[in-house]
Amino acid sequence: MTSLEANDSVKDGVDQETVEAVRNVGGHYKYGWETEIEMDYAPKGLDSDIVRLISAKNNEPEWMTNWRLDAFSRWEKMEEPNWAMVDYPKIDYQDIYYYASPKSMAEKPKSLDDVDPKLLETYKKLGIPLKEQLILAGVEGAEEANLDERKVAVDAVFDSVSIGTTFKDELRKAGVIFCSISEAITDYPELVKKYLGSVVPVTDNYFATLNSAVFSDGSFVYIPEGVRCPMELSTYFRINAENTGQFERTLIIAEKGSYVSYLEGCTAPKRDTNQLHAAIVELVILEDAEVKYSTVQNWYPGDENGLGGIYNFVTKRADCRGDRSKVMWTQVETGSAVTWKYPSCILRGNESQGEFYSIAIANNFQQADTGTKMIHLGKNTKSRIVSKGISAGNAQNTYRGLVTMHPKATSSRNYTQCDSLLIGNKCGAHTVPYIEVKNNSSRVEHEATTSKVDDDQLFYCRQRGVNEEDAVALVVNGFCKEVLQALPMEFAMEAQQLVAISLEGSVG
Amino acid sequence: MLKITNLKVELEEESKEILKGINLEIESGSVHAIMGPNGSGKSTLSYVLSGKKGYKVTNGEVELAGEPILELEPEERAASGLFLAFQYPVEIPGVGNMTFLRTAMNSQRKFRGEAELSAADFLKLVREKAKELKIDAEMLKRPVNVGFSGGEKKRNEILQMALLEPKMCVLDETDSGLDVDAMKLVADGVNALRDKGRSFLVITHYQRLLDHIKPDFVHIMADGRIIKSGGPELALQVENNGYSDLLAEVQ
Ligand SMILES: Nc1ncnc2c1ncn2[C@@H]1O[C@H](COP(=O)(O)OP(=O)(O)OP(=O)(O)O)[C@@H](O)[C@H]1O
Ligand SMILES: [Mg+2]
Repeated sequence: MTSLEANDSVKDGVDQETVEAVRNVGGHYKYGWETEIEMDYAPKGLDSDIVRLISAKNNEPEWMTNWRLDAFSRWEKMEEPNWAMVDYPKIDYQDIYYYASPKSMAEKPKSLDDVDPKLLETYKKLGIPLKEQLILAGVEGAEEANLDERKVAVDAVFDSVSIGTTFKDELRKAGVIFCSISEAITDYPELVKKYLGSVVPVTDNYFATLNSAVFSDGSFVYIPEGVRCPMELSTYFRINAENTGQFERTLIIAEKGSYVSYLEGCTAPKRDTNQLHAAIVELVILEDAEVKYSTVQNWYPGDENGLGGIYNFVTKRADCRGDRSKVMWTQVETGSAVTWKYPSCILRGNESQGEFYSIAIANNFQQADTGTKMIHLGKNTKSRIVSKGISAGNAQNTYRGLVTMHPKATSSRNYTQCDSLLIGNKCGAHTVPYIEVKNNSSRVEHEATTSKVDDDQLFYCRQRGVNEEDAVALVVNGFCKEVLQALPMEFAMEAQQLVAISLEGSVG
Repeated sequence: MLKITNLKVELEEESKEILKGINLEIESGSVHAIMGPNGSGKSTLSYVLSGKKGYKVTNGEVELAGEPILELEPEERAASGLFLAFQYPVEIPGVGNMTFLRTAMNSQRKFRGEAELSAADFLKLVREKAKELKIDAEMLKRPVNVGFSGGEKKRNEILQMALLEPKMCVLDETDSGLDVDAMKLVADGVNALRDKGRSFLVITHYQRLLDHIKPDFVHIMADGRIIKSGGPELALQVENNGYSDLLAEVQ
């Protein structure tokens, strides 16, 4: 078993002190949420030197550096998009740190009293990722304790760098590669060269291009032909440093007939300033292979007045290249001040299938513009979209979805169900479906509902002794049931609690 | 147990008076029945007792076990021992009946400062009570009241009552829509709960239920007032002659 021994499963280039520091994070991560570790920053702002520096910090080969520089020069000529139904002050891209990594032991744990009790409560309720954090922090016995309950291999990304990956040996036996993307660039350059940017091209969109230039770390997964990955894989992202952008990049390759279920969890501490998160996830799925990708996104949403919070601008795309390949995106989006995210499926192989299950909760002043794209290219392809949007407080929640049936995608089908739930009367829900059908044997169905949380349901719960907030959580969890069931079990529990937490203060 | 003094209630939306001065005292351990024509305010009374929004109390007082309750939140009243079996039980899609029951039970326990029931103890208890009411395991797994038949919904209300063990049970037309056997089950369920420390207020249109649940007192409600109170014989009188004689009497 790997228990983060010495430098064993720790990324090269991270010095021993850093490892120690992060190990110790586990100790007070559990209690506080500001992790005061001395950081190694690249200077603020972005130019080609910073891009070179990031590349150098990761000891990257020249081809990679050039790839980044190319992306950077393209990005410089691009304009930030403004078509989403979100509204935020202009981002000053020169006022952001593009690289930060934990540096030394000079951490000063804040006392419990310094931590906002609200935040404390939130994370105490969340609980689950902390177990992994324990393992990653090398706490003795943590790994064994977890083994019995659940097997989830974890890669943790702390600000700009991957801290370490668990269960590496066991995975290696099965032929599965699970490591940080920077390790993969060094160790598996052929795979990376072949697939990186093959699903989300460098110039796909403004944030994707930015990410291509400056991504610092993320996860890499390779499942060989015919292999069913023996455990859930998971990446845990955390933004800690202030004024730092996080630009992680995930690449998953599922060879013919393989299967993997992958979980992604995100948190960030409370900050008054907004922080940028612009990630890319690329899934390559070959013949008869299947990938399930689940996200529980709980980046800091800002406070009740809309101050602070993460800007979450993410490009996620699956390319079902092989015939009969399958992808399932499941997302629970409760955090972030602004979310701009459309996990998409390119159904290229004949009979390939794409599914998208989503819960998006926006409370207080959060803005969410999220949905999916189903691009049907192959024959007899199928897709299914189930979106549950919940708006509370002053929040705005938009479902934006595109379904296209190309001329060659004959006899294909899509079913979309899009339900919105409103809590209170100051929030908004919007549904923006785009449908294009370019052949006459395919069928697209779209159903949408908008409702308010029903007072009679709440009263019924309260008459049985459930307080108003819990009653709302109960009813909303019921509303989201279909999506919660699509999550792996461990995450379903966590997500249910998260639903309750993120709606706190939405009634009364 | 429950003391209602000169209770007057208006709708919040429009100033329409629904309850026009209700007086009622229910002793610990006793069973009272309320009968009355449609629209006389019986359900409204049950809602006001349990704290539903939308009503304005313009006068009067309600005490539960000596404590005034009109200022309390619905969940506080519930935790203090007030239970309402709804005339129209509400459906909650996606929320398993079992989850709902457990949440309710533990919320009340927590409120009273008692420890939560363990999953195992809870399951055992539910299965036992469900069996007595002939509620099958399948129904416990389904979402709360969704797709339940009318009779199943009513039995589910009694199941909740049996689990929560309230002190003051208000049953609003729990017998409506039940077949003969189900009515017997519900009545048996209520009778099994009869206890020195527990009182019932049974709202019904039919003498039949009162054959099984023998009330100590029967009240007739009309146009927001209790116009007559008496023993079980009053229910028989209504069954045979309807309300016209009684209404004429008050005129
Ligand atoms: N929210 C409301 N809005 C308008 N009218 C209402 C409202 N609630 C109650 N009422 C009216 O108050 C009166 C009493 O209604 P309530 O439901 O209490 O009668 P009930 O005695 O329970 O009748 P039933 O025997 O038919 O169940 C009726 O005239 C009803 O229409
Ligand atoms: Mg009624």
